[in-house]
Amino acid sequence: MTNLAIGRLRSLRATPGQICVVLLIAAFLLAFLLVPTATVIYVAFTEKGTSTLTLVNFLDFFRNDLFVRSFWNSVYVSTLAVVWATVFALPLAVITTRFEFRGAMLIQTLGFLPLIMPPFVGAVAMQLLFGRNGSINLLLDQHFGIKLPFMDGLNGVVFVQSLHYFPFILINVSTSLRQIDSAMEEAAQNLGASGLRLFRRIIFPLAMPGYLAGASLVFVKVFDDLATPLLLNVKDMLAPQAYLRVTSIGLADPMGYVISTILIAVSIFAMWASVAVMKGRDYSTVQRGGGGLAKRKMRKGEAVLAYGVVTLVLLLVLSPHIGLLLLSFATIWSYSPLPDAYTLANYGRVLGESSVYIKNTLIYASVAGLIDVVIGGTIAYMVLRTKIIGREWLDWAAMSALAVPGVVLGIGYLRTYYGVTLPDGTPLATMSIMVIIALSVRRLPYALRACYAALQQISVSLEEAAENLGANKPRTVRRIVLPLMMGGVLAGFVTSFSTAAVELSATLMLIQSNSEAPIAYGLYMFMQSPAGRGPGAALGVIAVILVAVCTFASHYVIERSQKALGAKK
Amino acid sequence: MKRFIAAMLAATALTASAAFAQGTVTVVTSFSKDVTDPFKAAFEAAHPDYMLEVQNKNTNAGVQYLQETKANNQADLFWASAPDAFYTLKSDLLLAQFTPSVEGLPDKVGSYDVNDPDGFFFGFAASGYGIMWNERYIEANGLAAPAEWSDLKDPQYFDHVVMAAPSRSGTTHLTVETILQGEGWNDGWGTLKEVGGNFQQVMDRSFGVPDAVNSGQAGIGIVIDFFAFSAQASGFPVGFSYPSVTTVVPANIAIVANAPNHDGAATFINFLLSDAGQEVLLEPTIRRLPINPATYAKAPEGFPNPFEDDRFQAMIAFNGDLSSARTDVVDVLFDQLVTFQLDNLKAATYALHAAEAAMEGKDNAEAAALIEEARALIAAMPVDQDQAISPEITDAFTGGDNKTARQSELEQEWASFAATNYTAAKAKADAALALLG
Repeated sequence: MTNLAIGRLRSLRATPGQICVVLLIAAFLLAFLLVPTATVIYVAFTEKGTSTLTLVNFLDFFRNDLFVRSFWNSVYVSTLAVVWATVFALPLAVITTRFEFRGAMLIQTLGFLPLIMPPFVGAVAMQLLFGRNGSINLLLDQHFGIKLPFMDGLNGVVFVQSLHYFPFILINVSTSLRQIDSAMEEAAQNLGASGLRLFRRIIFPLAMPGYLAGASLVFVKVFDDLATPLLLNVKDMLAPQAYLRVTSIGLADPMGYVISTILIAVSIFAMWASVAVMKGRDYSTVQRGGGGLAKRKMRKGEAVLAYGVVTLVLLLVLSPHIGLLLLSFATIWSYSPLPDAYTLANYGRVLGESSVYIKNTLIYASVAGLIDVVIGGTIAYMVLRTKIIGREWLDWAAMSALAVPGVVLGIGYLRTYYGVTLPDGTPLATMSIMVIIALSVRRLPYALRACYAALQQISVSLEEAAENLGANKPRTVRRIVLPLMMGGVLAGFVTSFSTAAVELSATLMLIQSNSEAPIAYGLYMFMQSPAGRGPGAALGVIAVILVAVCTFASHYVIERSQKALGAKK
Repeated sequence: MKRFIAAMLAATALTASAAFAQGTVTVVTSFSKDVTDPFKAAFEAAHPDYMLEVQNKNTNAGVQYLQETKANNQADLFWASAPDAFYTLKSDLLLAQFTPSVEGLPDKVGSYDVNDPDGFFFGFAASGYGIMWNERYIEANGLAAPAEWSDLKDPQYFDHVVMAAPSRSGTTHLTVETILQGEGWNDGWGTLKEVGGNFQQVMDRSFGVPDAVNSGQAGIGIVIDFFAFSAQASGFPVGFSYPSVTTVVPANIAIVANAPNHDGAATFINFLLSDAGQEVLLEPTIRRLPINPATYAKAPEGFPNPFEDDRFQAMIAFNGDLSSARTDVVDVLFDQLVTFQLDNLKAATYALHAAEAAMEGKDNAEAAALIEEARALIAAMPVDQDQAISPEITDAFTGGDNKTARQSELEQEWASFAATNYTAAKAKADAALALLG
């Protein structure tokens, strides 16, 4: 049986090494994503109170008005969030990569910050600024007697989500734009294209893999996100419905898990669709000029416009962080446009404890990010460059992590690994390596999509050329593929790293003691009491700065390597 | 790089095992740092040979954690507010029996038993329910500070009130149950829905309510007293009052079954109930009502005393069996009739308020009848008191054999009942308003 299977794989030109790698990754996903999730989710397929298998719960889902309404609300919100995220992201991406623009790197970093909004405090800061009695509405009310419902209902969710997740598009499109060879642009210009037409017909299509990678992430992430709807108290969307049911005390109600299953199915469908759109189209280019697109100098009017747009977008997307910063220095901030007074006491309170949180966060997030780019890069390579059976399944399985609620994964880990003990009796599930693995599994989709997009832009002919010159597969990957997709790999690492640094839902289940807690957990402990709001915000600011510095550093590396490539040319 | 990762992994593994040193008492709790830190300090000072290791999880996560880890339990204590969490753990056989050595503790606080009759968990503090408001908010909106539960029905509070969902907050559940037992099933739900019509939001966690009032997003919240007290102690411009009839609920602690450090756990409970432990409750950031009546002698001026204050004694006797028999039904009813129907309920309430305001000082029998019908439609319940505890209904939630419908079918039935009624009520109220022109 096994021989037969291997024989069939061979016939599809897979090397034993590739089969080994696929099996290893499959084992990893099976052990740390599929099995733990299945141990929790199977309830969806059983009749309540018994273990009889049934599909009646899914029938109930579609017969229940609340669930059906929630489903369409989630579709509506995710779609609009993609549209608005595109509106925020494209100008920033184009201006910073296509033009000589001072501070492009800073903007890339700042534009990335919304992704690293720490839990709880971010919510409070948003409400204080944009809520119905937030700063802006209080000021509007005072001066014009009106209030704008920024954060009410479904459109409020769209507003906050597109601010929150637009960096996915920004970072992926920017990376794609950098990969485009200037020769393509020059050729188009020689043929008479310029301005918008050049962008529409040449540049944007070439950056399409990056845009689709980002947009599909935004769609799925918004579809599966529960923090924002809960913050805005919008309960008739799918993810909050699943969460509210899964986390209520008492006997497991199958419907929570039914909804989780549907979330996973929709996520995989969206990913499949974004791949299907790309099918049959080739966006790779042979020339890897380096330096990316020629950077144009802006005319004076253009520069003013560009700086205006960039400032406006940045101000908007960074407003939660401005709110957070104010909150961290505030004494009391209640029903007023600005805090009553300012103090350093909040930082004083967290300073002593934060060093252990910072250390843990850095270790957890960076190891998780490394695991993610290694696995994500490998899966992307297997899908795009080999014909191994089941390679798409690896892709979809990894992407389904996006839709598995953190709390489900956390419980699944406890259920699967708590019984497994080390020789001294310590349960495997309580070791911090499990926290790292949980983080890496949850953030794997980000790295995977980034690597996938990067590889899509590289023409196979480059590898074929290398192989014709006598290089074997591993050597080709090491010397040709990896260097060419480095930008995408780094983008993936940065996304996985920074979002893992503020993740809480799965880790809350797995953290065993304060000495191994990451920043998000420390934040959570503060944010449960009125007196803890300021210190919590201070810890949040520390987390944001920490991640921002790391992000800035990796952008610096990307820029440097691009410049080095350009110089060689 | 490889070596670096290996070193880091080894380091993290080491820190993980160091947590289980001799004399460590591990407590899983939903209480914030502001509560646990002073207790940790006081306990370790009184018993230098022990170290308190706090694992902070919200109540639900804590319960799930203990359920999932029971095969190889590493926690000694479970420490939280919501009594229903302790009932769940007790029925799952996850708690250990224990008799505290501290004497002179009362059996009842208000109308609730302080301790589990079988000795599985113990009240260490009490908290009363009341109304909290943001001074700046109510001044800016020209609202009067509410004093009684029934005040919250007043049209002036429309869209200003917040409360936690009983399905998400064990203490809120007890308050809802107390109203239902005090006023009766139908009238109680009538009150809840009239107040519910004034809700701005229904929160999905207890702390969401004081958080919204503190920041001024909402004006008025129905909360446990210590949320308001500790907010005042932190300087927030909030006020609080106990209504003349209020509920007081105990916060509990229990030893986990098969605790690795049972003796340490017992020592901590005895410390918590002793004078030294009870006094920690009086700290400004904690401000919970001690369970030991003697401790009130040391309390600051104006500190409420549930053992002497009449407001806490005025409650009817609380029927715990009735409460636990219909816990799921009450929670799901509230969610389906109020939480998830809030838009419809508010629209009907708004129309009703408008019609009643127009009715003021006028004599129009037809309009009056319409208003009465609208009111009755809002108050109507899909199940009566007896059905709520009948096995046909309750088994739908527990998966028992007597169920006649699945939980999801019941939810759909109740939700559409509410949606239809609220829409009809709005139509009648609008018609009444049109008549009064």
